[in-house]
Amino acid sequence: MRPLSYTRASTVDEAIATVGGDSRSAFLAGGTTEIDLIRLGVTRPDVLVDINSLPLKEIESTPDAGLRIGALARMTDVARSADVVRRFPVISQALLLGASEQLRNMASMGGNLCQRTRCPYFRDGVSPCNKREPGTGCSAVDGLNRGHAVLGTSDDCIAAHPSDVGVALVALDAVVHTLGPSGARSIPIDDFYLLPGSSPEVEHPLERGELIVAIEVPPTPLAERSLYLKFRDRQSYEFALVSVAAAVDVRDGRVADVRLALGGVGTKPWRARRAEAALTGGPATREAFAEAAAAELEPAIAHKDNAFKIPMARRAMVRALDQVVNGDAR
Amino acid sequence: MSNAIGKPISRVDGRRKVTGAARYTAEIELPNLAHCAVVGAAVPSGRILAIDEKRVHDAEGVLAVLTHDNLTKIASQPPLLPSLAGGPAPGETFFPMQDDTVHYAGQPVAMVVADSHERAQYAASLLDITYERADSITTIEEGRATAYEAETLFGGLMPARNERGDVETALAQAPVRVDVDHHYAANHHNTLEPSATTAVWDGERLTLYDSTMGVRATQLTVAQLLGIPIAHIRVITEFVGGGFGGKAMTWPHVTLAAMAARHVRRPVRLSLTRPQTYTSHGHREEQEQRLSIGATKDGLLTAVRHEKLSVTSPFDDWAEPATGVTSQLYRCENYLGLHRMIRGNVMTPTFMRAPGESLGVSTLEVAMDRLAYATGVDPVELRLRNRASVDEHGNPWSSDGLEECLRTGARLFGWDRRDPEPRSRREGDWLIGSGMAVAAYPMAFMMPPQQARVRVYADGSAVMQCGTQEFGTGATTAMAQVAADGLGMDMNDVTFEAGDSDLPNASASVGSMGASMVSAAVHNAAIELRRQLVAMAVADTGSPLHGADASAVVVEDGRMSLGDGSAGAGETYAEMMRRNRLSMKDALGDWTPPPMDAPHGMMTFGAQFAEVAVDPDIGLVRVRRMVGVFAPGRVLNPKLARSQLMGGMLWGMSQALLEGNQMDPRSGRWGASNLGEYLVPVNADAPDVTVEFVDVTDEVAGPLGVKGVGEIGQVAMAGALMNAVFHATGRRLEALPMAAELVMDPPGTSA
Repeated sequence: MRPLSYTRASTVDEAIATVGGDSRSAFLAGGTTEIDLIRLGVTRPDVLVDINSLPLKEIESTPDAGLRIGALARMTDVARSADVVRRFPVISQALLLGASEQLRNMASMGGNLCQRTRCPYFRDGVSPCNKREPGTGCSAVDGLNRGHAVLGTSDDCIAAHPSDVGVALVALDAVVHTLGPSGARSIPIDDFYLLPGSSPEVEHPLERGELIVAIEVPPTPLAERSLYLKFRDRQSYEFALVSVAAAVDVRDGRVADVRLALGGVGTKPWRARRAEAALTGGPATREAFAEAAAAELEPAIAHKDNAFKIPMARRAMVRALDQVVNGDAR
Repeated sequence: MSNAIGKPISRVDGRRKVTGAARYTAEIELPNLAHCAVVGAAVPSGRILAIDEKRVHDAEGVLAVLTHDNLTKIASQPPLLPSLAGGPAPGETFFPMQDDTVHYAGQPVAMVVADSHERAQYAASLLDITYERADSITTIEEGRATAYEAETLFGGLMPARNERGDVETALAQAPVRVDVDHHYAANHHNTLEPSATTAVWDGERLTLYDSTMGVRATQLTVAQLLGIPIAHIRVITEFVGGGFGGKAMTWPHVTLAAMAARHVRRPVRLSLTRPQTYTSHGHREEQEQRLSIGATKDGLLTAVRHEKLSVTSPFDDWAEPATGVTSQLYRCENYLGLHRMIRGNVMTPTFMRAPGESLGVSTLEVAMDRLAYATGVDPVELRLRNRASVDEHGNPWSSDGLEECLRTGARLFGWDRRDPEPRSRREGDWLIGSGMAVAAYPMAFMMPPQQARVRVYADGSAVMQCGTQEFGTGATTAMAQVAADGLGMDMNDVTFEAGDSDLPNASASVGSMGASMVSAAVHNAAIELRRQLVAMAVADTGSPLHGADASAVVVEDGRMSLGDGSAGAGETYAEMMRRNRLSMKDALGDWTPPPMDAPHGMMTFGAQFAEVAVDPDIGLVRVRRMVGVFAPGRVLNPKLARSQLMGGMLWGMSQALLEGNQMDPRSGRWGASNLGEYLVPVNADAPDVTVEFVDVTDEVAGPLGVKGVGEIGQVAMAGALMNAVFHATGRRLEALPMAAELVMDPPGTSA
């Protein structure tokens, strides 16, 4: 492993100042992805600034009945929080269907938002990859791309975003609170994840030294009847082929409000706005669900190995909507 | 006589393993140990133009950089022969770093030796190698036009073509015909413990700590490659964290470790990284299998043609033989089995659990399932109708049991309650289906005589020694049971020692032969020493047994007596030895396998049944339950045997649903090179598994009649699951693994 140095920050300001002032440094939270990537030679920080002792672990209700999750709260603690389970089941379910218990015990929520793609060409450290080495080309476009994205892709990158909980948070319009050298910011989560476009190496609108301090989920009553469906090759410890976060408010047989997001198919956690628009105000029927799902996938672009994700995502959306409307989503 | 054999005794090394006390090869601490990092070729074909070492030497702790420019040349290259044969057994007839040529990606092209593993790995990453890339072939798709029919397989031990009757005419004339054409992805071993070797030179003598399935194979191979006397090499392997065929041959890294240690004049450990395990000890080939059956309207076979096409290396005609069961499992007068290969820029493929027959029998059994549907004959009945009672040469099986396996399996599974109509059972989002297959695996007596030594001490303890090895099967436990019964002693008084080439000769434990051949030698050693001790007693005027008929003496718990219950009429081994001031007594036992042309068919039989649930919208397959019934001859330890068979069945499930590596032909590199990308099942995937035995007595397979359980559990499990998925969905899949995109209903058919 490449030699590097390690330091532990004792205050948020110190962490921001240290990383903000040294372009060779990086924050270290749970480390469950970051250490892998360093060992694989994908990222090459010279200094790791450990932020695990910072007071950013609280999970609490906001005065307006929203939810505020400290950036260093562990995935396990959020997933098992009684308040989260009751009011935002989609978040709890998405967390528990991700990674393994051991990883969830280590991984932080802020780190999860920043986790990198599992594209093998990105992770192998040597293949051409615009995300790892800008300008070298994308090996996946004409390569092995079964796991890759069909939505939000560009000619320069088709890497799928791997997060589960990110999908739930995107569905619920979460806000990412940061502190940085330029002060505090609140970034809507859909803007926190950037599409690859022609600069896939830039994944978030964060400046150097800017630290996620909390994730806030606004009050969302329909989230009490929400669910997360995940389909994957094996039954545990595996990333999604397709996943769906869904919450629906049905009144008199019509969709009054709906939140829908997809995982495994997008270059970012994918808010299904086309489907939401198609559904809102319409009947809560299987036919309507199928039409909305088709509308969402209409702009999808398939590559050699991943065309199956398009019908799979459509079917998964229909099933999720059907279950959340007709089944016992709790 | 039998007290310990057949008992479900827990592993003697279990506690050490679960508490971490067991030391594996890469954990053995030695003074002054240096660490070697291997650098693999970044291209699949071509030439090394330049190697820039400058930055490496600037890194901390670096002791040496070895390349083709300064590495010692090998003395001579041994031929490729399975390690079971008892000779040198290189995995491929190519030794790296002898010149600047690159034949496959990952081929060792340089080594960096440093004072720690991390420093060696980091320094190795600083090596700057320039290649001249040449064209490459790494997939069937790329090489199809260059396919050739090999003359022999398995290092020349088997013909690549096997034929009887007139298969083409018989197929053309058959009233019923079925054809299958399958593609199977390449598989990797994925042992939990990556292979590792530590080399220690003491003058001209070399000690190798190696994670191997055959200490003798390592010893003989390295001796020939280095050109040093066999007597100068000792190989030790106490624990091996899984082999599965990946450690059955002696691969180049073992000898490279010895070369590196000689160069730096320090003990050197070479521990493969996880990604390197995908390019350092072979793999199961990417392959296609085609099989055609001609049959009567009653489903009786009249013709079978089975062809395999696979990718091998530039150096060796290696294909796992896939037709050793097809040629003789069912009665059929017209038969052709054929292996074709493509020379590709990959390393020589190798054995992997249930080599060849794992997929060969799966292919056959999917064809049989199609025949069952084509003729309307129940799949189990179809097998019973066709099964052969003699092998392809007309010799009777040494022992059989297939019919009982099928009938018992069908009963345990509840086969008679199955509606054969495909896609006829739905539970919510899931379609339910079931399928079955015959499992069979040939026994190959290609090993030389096997030996073991036993010693009884004057305190009544005993040690049995054999140069076999423990790689997780439980061999050291089962062999202690065999030794105890042979000696007539309590198992707790007997220690079994293995894993050292200084011990009496045993071949590598491969091909499901380990328990059979080693137990034979151990048994023979034990009964020989017992014979000698009893002979001493009856000749000893001081013994209560003086003058007794030796053949009437029984030994229990280390005490010799006439076994007629007469109190006092006997004594222990220890009492007799102490009286004669004999501190210990030992004996060598050996066992010579039956000749290859013995007038018996040698095959282990079983039957596999499985029930699956398939989500046809999404394409996911979840296995609900599996039932396997096997006739492996004498079962030395049912607990261990059951574990091994269950592991085989789960591996078959894994092969059916998850395992497969894709080659990226542009780079010539495997798409997956770690356990995050190459999926194997997790506990959540494991269904309810029933393992049952059928008793058969085998008088040919050694003195105890052991036939082996290493492979048979895996054979055709994938085929049974392919049949079950067809029954659930009504669609025949033609590839493994059965990935979601293949299983899901095509667009437009639902949702």
